[in-house]
Parts: sequence; C-alpha cells; structure tokens
Amino acid sequence: MAPMIVNLTGIIVIGLIIYWFWLSTPRKTTASQAAPIEIRVKDGVYTPSHIEARKGETIRLRFVREDPSPCAEKVIFNTLNKSLELPLHGSAEIELHPQEVGEIDFTCEMQMYRGKLIIK
Amino acid sequence: MDTEHRLSIAGMSCAGCVASVERALRTVDGVQSASVNFAEHTAQVRGEVAVRPLLEAVKAAGYEAAELRGQDDEAEKEAAEMEYFRALLRKAAIAALVGIPLFVGGMAGWLPDLLTAGGQAFWLLTGCATLAVLIYSGGHFFVGAWKAFRLHNANMDTLIALGTGTAWLYSMIVAGFPAVVPSLAQHAYFEAAAIIIALINFGSALEMRARGKTSEAIKRLIGLQPKTARVVRDGQEVDLPIDVIGLEETLRVRPGERIAVDGVLIDGHSTIDESMLTGEPVPVTKQAGDEVVAGTINLSGTFLYQSRRIGKDTVLAQIIDMVRQAQATKPAIGRLADKVAAVFVPTVLIIAVITFLAWFNLGAALGISYAIVATVTVLIIACPCALGLATPISIMVGVGRAAGSGILIRNGEALQQAGRLTTVVLDKTGTVTQGKPALTRLVSYANSTEEDVLQLAASLEAVSEHPLAQAVVEAAQAREITLSPVEKFHATAGEGVSGEALGHQVHVGNLRFMQANAVACEAAQSDAQSMADAAQTLIYVARSQQLIGILAVADPIKPDSTEAIQRLHAIGLKVVMLTGDNQRTADAVARQVGVDEVIAEVQPQDKGNQVAALQQQNQIVAMVGDGINDAPALAQADVGFAIGSGTDIAIESADITLMRGSLHGVADAIAISRATVRNIKQNLFGAFIYNSLGIPVAAGILYPLMGILLNPMIAGAAMALSSVTVVSNANRLRFVSLGSK
Repeated sequence: MAPMIVNLTGIIVIGLIIYWFWLSTPRKTTASQAAPIEIRVKDGVYTPSHIEARKGETIRLRFVREDPSPCAEKVIFNTLNKSLELPLHGSAEIELHPQEVGEIDFTCEMQMYRGKLIIK
Repeated sequence: MDTEHRLSIAGMSCAGCVASVERALRTVDGVQSASVNFAEHTAQVRGEVAVRPLLEAVKAAGYEAAELRGQDDEAEKEAAEMEYFRALLRKAAIAALVGIPLFVGGMAGWLPDLLTAGGQAFWLLTGCATLAVLIYSGGHFFVGAWKAFRLHNANMDTLIALGTGTAWLYSMIVAGFPAVVPSLAQHAYFEAAAIIIALINFGSALEMRARGKTSEAIKRLIGLQPKTARVVRDGQEVDLPIDVIGLEETLRVRPGERIAVDGVLIDGHSTIDESMLTGEPVPVTKQAGDEVVAGTINLSGTFLYQSRRIGKDTVLAQIIDMVRQAQATKPAIGRLADKVAAVFVPTVLIIAVITFLAWFNLGAALGISYAIVATVTVLIIACPCALGLATPISIMVGVGRAAGSGILIRNGEALQQAGRLTTVVLDKTGTVTQGKPALTRLVSYANSTEEDVLQLAASLEAVSEHPLAQAVVEAAQAREITLSPVEKFHATAGEGVSGEALGHQVHVGNLRFMQANAVACEAAQSDAQSMADAAQTLIYVARSQQLIGILAVADPIKPDSTEAIQRLHAIGLKVVMLTGDNQRTADAVARQVGVDEVIAEVQPQDKGNQVAALQQQNQIVAMVGDGINDAPALAQADVGFAIGSGTDIAIESADITLMRGSLHGVADAIAISRATVRNIKQNLFGAFIYNSLGIPVAAGILYPLMGILLNPMIAGAAMALSSVTVVSNANRLRFVSLGSK
C-alpha cells in the first residue's frame, strides 16, 4: 500500500510541476499610458512579473531594485535588443512602444529573474 | 511616483523666453510643476514624467535643452558590492563552521550512534543547529524560491532550497522517528545541507569577484569622466561639479587635465590625447573652432571652450551607453541556451522526482536513503547559471575588449556576424585613403628650389577656391614658407590661376593652361608621365613664362592601409575596393594596397547594389565606409563598419564603429569577434556537457554498473565551480592579442 501511495504522490507532483510552471500563468497587472508600472526587484523575482498592455500605447516600466545580488543588476529585453542598468536601492525606467501583438520577455542575464510583457 | 528633473536650457535671452519655456514644459503630460531659473539657465520639473518628452517640448519651443544629472556613482556601487561579497563569505563561513565538524566527525566515527538515547538528542540538536544555518546562511535561497514559486517561476534558488530542505527534513525524520525508516537507511544528512549552503555561498562570492573584472571596460570608460570642471561664471573661474554645468558655458582646461563636457574651443590652442576614446595614439592639434570631447586629455596649452553637449549627450556618454547596450544583447548562438534555461529548472524538478521514484522502487532496503541522496544530488548539481551565463558574460567581455581598442560594436549579432565574414568591401576615399588631397611630390626645374616653387604656387592658390589649392597651401604652411601678396589675380575656370607675386608674372595650373600661356613644358615630360601613371593630379608652376616646377596632388593612402589589407588576406578574406572615382585612379590605389578586386565609377546610390551582388554569390560581406555617404551600402552589408577619424564620427551609424581611422580596426574587430564566438562555444559546450553528464550521474546512473553514487556535497562543489569556470573563461577574452599596435 505504502509504495503505491509514494508512487502516486510522485506522479501527482510531476503533474503539478507541469501545470504550475508551464501551463498556468500568474496574475497579470495591466499597464496604462498614464502612469509607469513599478516593478520591484527583490529576492530573485520581479513583482509584478506579468504585465498586460495594449499595442501602440507607450508603456513605462520603472524597476526599483532592492536586491543586492549582481544578477539583479541588469534587466534585458532580448527581443528588443534593449537593456536597463538598475542601481542598487534606486530605480531605472524604460519606455516601450510595442507595435505588435505578442509577448516580450524581460529577464536578468541568466534568465533566472523572469517577467513577461503581454501585448494585446 | 513623482520624479524631479533638472534641465539645462540654452538660447534664452529674456524673461519672455522664461515664460515660453515654462509654458512648453507645463503642457507635457504628467508635469505638475516647472520653473525656470533665468540666471542659471536651468529648469526644475516635477511630475510623473520621463525626461525625453520634456526635452522635446523645449526644443519644439525653439530652445536647446539637456538633462543635468549626476554621473553613475561607481564608488557607491562598489561599496554595495563589497558589502554583499562580505555577507556571502560570512554566510559561507557560518555554514562551514557547522558543516565541516559534522563531516569530519562522521568520517572519523566520532559522532554518537542515532539509536542510543544520547545519540538521538545529539542529532536533534544538530538538526536545530543546521536549521539555524539554513535560516541564516541559506534563508535568501528559501525566500527567493518561495517568491518565484508564487509567480509560477522556478530558479536556482528553487533547486538549492529544495535540495537542502529535503536533506534536512529527511534527516530530522531519521533523528526524531528512526523507527519509520528501514535500519539501513537511518542516516542523517545535516552536514550535507550545511556544506552545500557553504559551498554555494562561497561560489557566488567567487563568481561575483570574477564578474567584477568582466565590467572593467565600462568602468574604465566611466573613469574617464572628470567629476569637476573649471567654469567661468560672472568673470570668475570656479571649480564646479560636472552635473551642474549647463549648455553654452565657458570652461577652462589646463595642461594635463581631462576635458569635462563636449564643446568647441573658443580661445587658445593645444594638443589633445584622444587615444582613450579612439585608440589613436597620435595626439590631435586643436585650435579655435575645433571640437573637443569629454574624457580626452589636454596635453599642452591652456584654453577656453564652450560647452555644447552635456550629461548623456556627450560622445563619451554615448559610447558608454552603446557599450552597455551591446553588452546586454545576445547573438543567435545564445538563443538555444536561452530556450533551455527557460525550461531548465522545472525539468530538473521532474527528473528529481523520477530519480526518487526509481530508487524508491528499485533500491531494495537502501531505497529510501539512496532515493533521498540521489534526489538531493540531482537538485544540487544542476546548474542553470552556467547555461544562462555562457553567452552574455563572453559578449560583455568581448564588447568591452573591443571598446578598449576604439571599436564600438552595436550588438551581439554584429559581433557574431563579424567572425563569419568572407568578403570585405572597402570604400576608397576616406577609408583606404585619407580622404583629403595632399601634396605628394614636388619637382623643381630651371635652377629653382622646391621652396621657390611652393612659395609662388601657394601664394596664388591661397587666393583660389579650388579644392586642390588647399593641399598646396597646407604643404607650404607645413614647411613654414611665408606667402607673398598677389596682385592682378585671375582665375581661369578648370585650368589655372595667374597673378603677380614677388615681382614676377606667375602661372599655376594644368598643362592646357601652360600651353595657352606659351609656357614650354617639355622639361617635365618624364616626371609628369610617372606622376600621371600613379593617378596623381599635376599642377605646373611657371615664373615669367618659364616652367620652374610641377606639383603632384593626390588623396594619399593611409600609412597602414596596405598592412591592414595584408592582415585581412592572412585571415582568409577577399578584399574588394569600391569607389566612385575613375578606373585609372582606382587601379593605381588598388595596385599600391593590394586589394583583390576593384569596382570603380560606382554612383553612391549603387554601392548598396554592388554589396547585394556580392551577397548573391553566397559571400558574407562587410562594408567599410565613412558612415554618411555609404549609409545604404552599410545597411545592405551583413556587417557595416563606419570608419571615423577621431571623435567626430556618428557612432550610431553602423553595426561596428571604428573610432580610429585605421583599417586595422576591421581586422581587430574580426579577431575579437572570432575569439568571442569561440569563447561562447566553449562556455556553452562546457555548460551543456556539465549538466547533461552531471544530472544522470547524480541520479545514480553509474550505480548499477560501477557502484558509484555521487555525494551531494561534491555536487554542491561542482555546481559552485561551474559558474565560476564560465566567468573565468570569459575573462580570458580581456587578453586577446590584436595585430595592430
């Protein structure tokens, strides 16, 4: 009986990993033209990490870095060939003008800090 | 969140201007307040607004504006990094303090048996001590892992937290309730949890040290910017911080000082060392009207200049910005690693669960204990960092190394492409040649000296407006020949000039002009023929209707063009020269520098088509030009090189900008590119091999064959070292040797 429970639990855990990390997305924040979205860089994550915006609008993202790890030093928008240097205990802002519907990832250099801009 | 911006405003002449600038600023969306200080020519703006719309609004109102802001405070950044570095070492030391005695004691058999009453208490207390280590030294991994989990993300923290957490939890179960696990599996792994935390913190500290070196190029550039400058305000010279210097201010520079902001020299003259920006070792002479740029060093004279570009508009700031941007881009070669890195951690989690189940089901009596060890080892050995770092860290060092030699690479893609080039197309004028006519040869006849010939020719040409005249006048100035006044000057379009100088009738012009004025030129026939064969333009000089000399004027080939083209050949590239000049001139230049093919008489608008034609022959083509006239060809080429002379180049105009006007820059850029791509491949290969061998070994694939099951602590050491290895390998790029001096 016990081995069956362990095996079943293992399979359920694998299913949950697939669901949680690949099939579901976290709550999204909606960007508006009026004000910049403030993204906190702390403890290895960007918060909020998923931001929705409309194409053709000007979006301003303000990254506020509280994380001392050197990994947090840069935010890279790889598909846009843009990057932003983040001063520790300071902020840096980037202005984007997405013209196409799609997703724009922003990450640290090693892709461990991850965020997504979803253009609709 | 409100932001405050300080702007320098130029072009305001009255109080009315103040009102119109303020009005322009207040119309920008998000501005809450804007006030202009007329005396200081500054504006203070507050509101939820970026600086660019403010600058655009001021410009639209008819004034010039630039942002006044402090430079990046490197000292503050370094202090924060040092603090973090020390914290990592402290955390590593505390974890080692608990982990090492446990490890040594366990190996030596000094630790009490779990099944004795005292032994159980000892292990429970050890468990508490390890928990304290996990909280103090490893707390940031657990917090990071939890926060990432809530955002449906998994990262390195996830692996470390799960690995050490599992080891600790299992050990606590063993210590607290030994009866629930089989007797052979009754082993605690507290030392593994503590030592893994120690090793990973220590590895992060080492990596941080090594990463500091990768950004040396940018630190060097930032270090070129002086912190203060001597400004003339109200007739007084005062030393002011750089971030309060506005547009159109007068600044004084003394010998040995660095120039603080970009401007135009208005009084005095000097020689300036621009090598730190352009890589060009020869100092440049500057006089009134010449541009000077921030970061360069004034070598000799004292002079005054007026600021024209400040803050992030200076050439130095643009170079820093471009290098930073380029360092953060990735070429196609790194995309695969990016895709793998994005799914890496969840995949490792799944492998860890499968490993656990496999050991649990197949490991017999030892199953549960080995399942735990193998699962922890899989989680700990997997290193997404090495994979994620492989490309960006090499790009960062490669782009920085190039910038140190006056080669500005726009992005990682250009860097990668430069290494794959097969053909280099060179524009002739200004690229292979100096782009400016100069006196190349002078022959005198009829008992005249070279000085006599040059004095008379230059005296007349000084009055002329012909483009070649300038070359003759400059040659006379270089020999310090005094020009004499000219009377009865007359210019015949397309032929020559005449006038009276030093009491003689003088004619300066081409052969037709001499024949028309009955000057016999037979004496010069053989010299003239050899000069004409070398595609030089001839100027005859006659005094009192007697030929006294001929001058040859040509666009001289840059002194190092031939050698640089030989280097391009040596690395297997075909070199083509493209020019709008006639075939004869082009052939003469081509013969001297040794290019493989010449395409002459090409209209500027057709240069792009010529590049496209080469691309259709499956060539990967670089175009090297001045960046202005050749813009379409530069854009058409796989890699466009804009070649500058000094700091006056538009640095955004091409994929790669050569600040120093030498063709060696092309060969150097290709050498750096090839070395960087090689370095990336080594890093990627290492990272892929490490993970694809390390994870199966950690899972215990060798156990059935050789009885080997990796210790989780060895996995921790391997993981910590893997990213340090990648960074150290990238650092080797700082020492790539280049062919040019």
